[in-house]
Amino acid sequence: MRHSVIALAVGLVACGGHPALAQGTTPPAPARQGTDTTTRAPMSGGVSVPNADPFPSTYRPFASRATLIRNVTVLTAAGPAIRGGSVLLRDGRIAEVGTSITAPADAVIIDGTGKFVTPGIVDTHSHIGAGAAPGDQGANMNDVNEATNPVTAQVWVEHSVWPQDPQFTRTLAGGVTTIQVLPGSANLIGGRSVVLKVVPSRTVQGMKFPGAKYGLKMACGENPKRVYAQRGPSTRMGNVAGYRAAWIQAEAYRRRWDKWNTNHQGDAPTRDLGLETLAEVLRVNIYVHNHCYRADEMAQMIDIAHEFGYKIRSFHHGVEAYKIADLLARDSISASVWSDWGAFKMEANDAVRANLPLLWKAGVVAITHSDDASGEQRLNQETAKSVAEGKLLGINVSDDEAVKWITINPAWALGLQDRIGSIEVGKNADVVLWSGNPFSVYSRAEKVWVDGAMLYDRTDPAARWRTDFELGYVPEQGGRN
Amino acid sequence: MRRHILLAVTMAAAASPLAAQSIAITGGRVFPVSGPVIENGTVLIRDGRIVAVGAGVAIPADARRIDAAGRWVTPGLVNAATSVGVREIGAVGSTVETSPRSTQQQQRGISASFNVWEGFNPASVLIPAARKSGITTAAILPQGGLIAGRGAVMHFVAGGGLTEMLMRSPVAMVAELGAGGSTRGEQWSRLREVLDDARSYSLRRAQYERAATRPFAATRLDLEALVPVVEGRLPLLLSVDRASDIEAALLLARDYRLRLIIGGGAEAWMVAGKLAAAKVPVLTGAMNNIPGSFSTLGQRQENAGLLRRAGVPVVIIGNAGGGDEEAFNVRNVRFEAGNAVAYGMTWDDALRAITLTPAEIFGVSDRVGSLQAGRDADVVIWSGDPFEFASQPEHVFLRGVETTTPSRQDLLEQRYRTLPPNYSTPRP
Repeated sequence: MRHSVIALAVGLVACGGHPALAQGTTPPAPARQGTDTTTRAPMSGGVSVPNADPFPSTYRPFASRATLIRNVTVLTAAGPAIRGGSVLLRDGRIAEVGTSITAPADAVIIDGTGKFVTPGIVDTHSHIGAGAAPGDQGANMNDVNEATNPVTAQVWVEHSVWPQDPQFTRTLAGGVTTIQVLPGSANLIGGRSVVLKVVPSRTVQGMKFPGAKYGLKMACGENPKRVYAQRGPSTRMGNVAGYRAAWIQAEAYRRRWDKWNTNHQGDAPTRDLGLETLAEVLRVNIYVHNHCYRADEMAQMIDIAHEFGYKIRSFHHGVEAYKIADLLARDSISASVWSDWGAFKMEANDAVRANLPLLWKAGVVAITHSDDASGEQRLNQETAKSVAEGKLLGINVSDDEAVKWITINPAWALGLQDRIGSIEVGKNADVVLWSGNPFSVYSRAEKVWVDGAMLYDRTDPAARWRTDFELGYVPEQGGRN
Repeated sequence: MRRHILLAVTMAAAASPLAAQSIAITGGRVFPVSGPVIENGTVLIRDGRIVAVGAGVAIPADARRIDAAGRWVTPGLVNAATSVGVREIGAVGSTVETSPRSTQQQQRGISASFNVWEGFNPASVLIPAARKSGITTAAILPQGGLIAGRGAVMHFVAGGGLTEMLMRSPVAMVAELGAGGSTRGEQWSRLREVLDDARSYSLRRAQYERAATRPFAATRLDLEALVPVVEGRLPLLLSVDRASDIEAALLLARDYRLRLIIGGGAEAWMVAGKLAAAKVPVLTGAMNNIPGSFSTLGQRQENAGLLRRAGVPVVIIGNAGGGDEEAFNVRNVRFEAGNAVAYGMTWDDALRAITLTPAEIFGVSDRVGSLQAGRDADVVIWSGDPFEFASQPEHVFLRGVETTTPSRQDLLEQRYRTLPPNYSTPRP
């Protein structure tokens, strides 16, 4: 079929004219992020009343055709690999998985002999769009850190995302279909994250994953105390005092609003955007994603979460996570870590290349993350390095397990494990066809489907998505061949 | 009199290494790099040198035999752009020796006399990690300013001090266009000015000593360090990315008869023919494809393969992104080479690009970079294709001595492999 992605992008609005497609592929976005009914604002509320979804997703799946990929090895992230397997994508969902699927008459058939299929890769830690390319001095494309106050819970990183960042196209070409874009780590509390589909769009709303929970970025250690050395916090103890002070305020704010939501007595309390976000964390409607390197600091952050009753969904970077794998497993905290980054600062100095396999062995939800627009394109390769290191320690991680570190496990960290992250019937058809085993250095993503629509095809350069920025500036043959 | 400053320091391989023993590596897939692959080949080592490589090598009775059947045997890898030993922990300034730190030096932007090896720490914990992963030789390059200083080639011999590890210096004068925020015109003009003055100085040393020359645009030491550059004896390794900047560099090299090496070269593929015609090598990676600046808009992963196909000598270096491929992760250069293959380079060229080509460019190919009789016995036995993630170095020899020192990472992994940890000294 070879739909031109560019043409599809132009016709994005028209996609609304495919009611069956739109209905069939993505459940309607819930009106609210949260599930706690006590936070539900009255429909008649004015601007002073919280609205949980003021920037709603306008994403609609791109046009798709029923597609049967067959004769492939399917790494399902939900069980053992299926050799000689087939996957049927229909109406944006995975319709069938197995070894003997009858091709529907209308299906595009792709023979994948010698090739592999995985779920679309999910990255819990991205800054692309907010820290866009080109990032030359003076380009003014760095909107990652609102480094003006140690606590900026009021900012939402989606307001920094430039949909024309050429890094998006490269991320998609790496087989990555869902990313969490986070504010940076300058602040103790950096603001809200956003979960995006890696798709062409004129607006960030058009990329937002419908119904995905927000995350809250928190950061430990060197970065905040360095950035605020003059005004404070300038020490790790200052950092901890800062988190606790913020949560004490948030608790009081939550009580005020929960009470008013229940009885509607008198005027609604005054809104505070930052405390509103923190209160949603306390109601467990927003997940905490905590940048933290050292084991001892992670243990303290766990205690703070216990003190105030929130959940840390994932520690990010966690170069010393292997030292407290038991603590993470006990509290069901996932670890989003690099394969092998280390020694770029003191708190990264105890990095070991076996971090991921040691975490996996201890039963932690292990996640290979990137924090880097280049690494994000090769999360499969990053994972492969860690698997190899584990083997040296006698920890044998199969491909079936390793693929989970970049698919279902990060999907869990984002609360999307029921919709993406594995090749199972009923899940969103976010699927990657690899030229070979994705853990080989020689393999590359050949085709990438998002909600059943093929948005990347290495064999069809003319159809490839190019951002506005790339037109004229970036040689056509450059970048993503 | 001052000529001693110009002399290249080249440490001769010690005649008697730690183990005066014969070692025969037999039955492996041997990649000499200087010649075609030898199936079921033997590499014979004696007294720290390679004495024979081939299919029918006679093995002395007293030789230690290592069965390499099913294994891949290569020279020790040469990483051509690193900070190993001169940058221990990136953000800890007291462990960073890659560039001058005095404000005066930084303002001038010219620190040609800076010898990066003088800051090298042979006790760096990054060295055992690099060595164990098959990196046996590394160039360390200074950074910062228009002219950063002189690079060196280090040899990661086990138990070696600075003297044993310093293989050769200087191997290149390192310069970078684009540092400091000034415009291109200013930077080229400044570069020509100091090259002119270095040439002038070299012809008028006596007058200079009597203060009978016009003022020069750089210090005596910097001018002295630049003399071998303007005499075409020491390569100028110039980091530039935009195609037009590479062309301007080629024009400069033509005008001054410089031996030019291009570093980075994001858009080098666009001017591959011109680079090939000028026989100018390029140090580049194979994993960066992001138009991260307006000077790298054409950056692509095919760069290395396209350059090679055009006949340009290519050295593959780590440049993917934030993972510190220059220090903590120098080992990853073999995966950079694998990616180059995935993006069009031949496998043989990619291996050469992390062994013999960098050794040639930095003037140490008589010592390392290939498996040939007479070379230092730097040999790695891999469990499989060295570019594959799943492959591991099973034996690493440096000058005939097998590396066994665990890295600091190994010690941490041993301590924490079961929790709670064992706080006594771990023994892997």
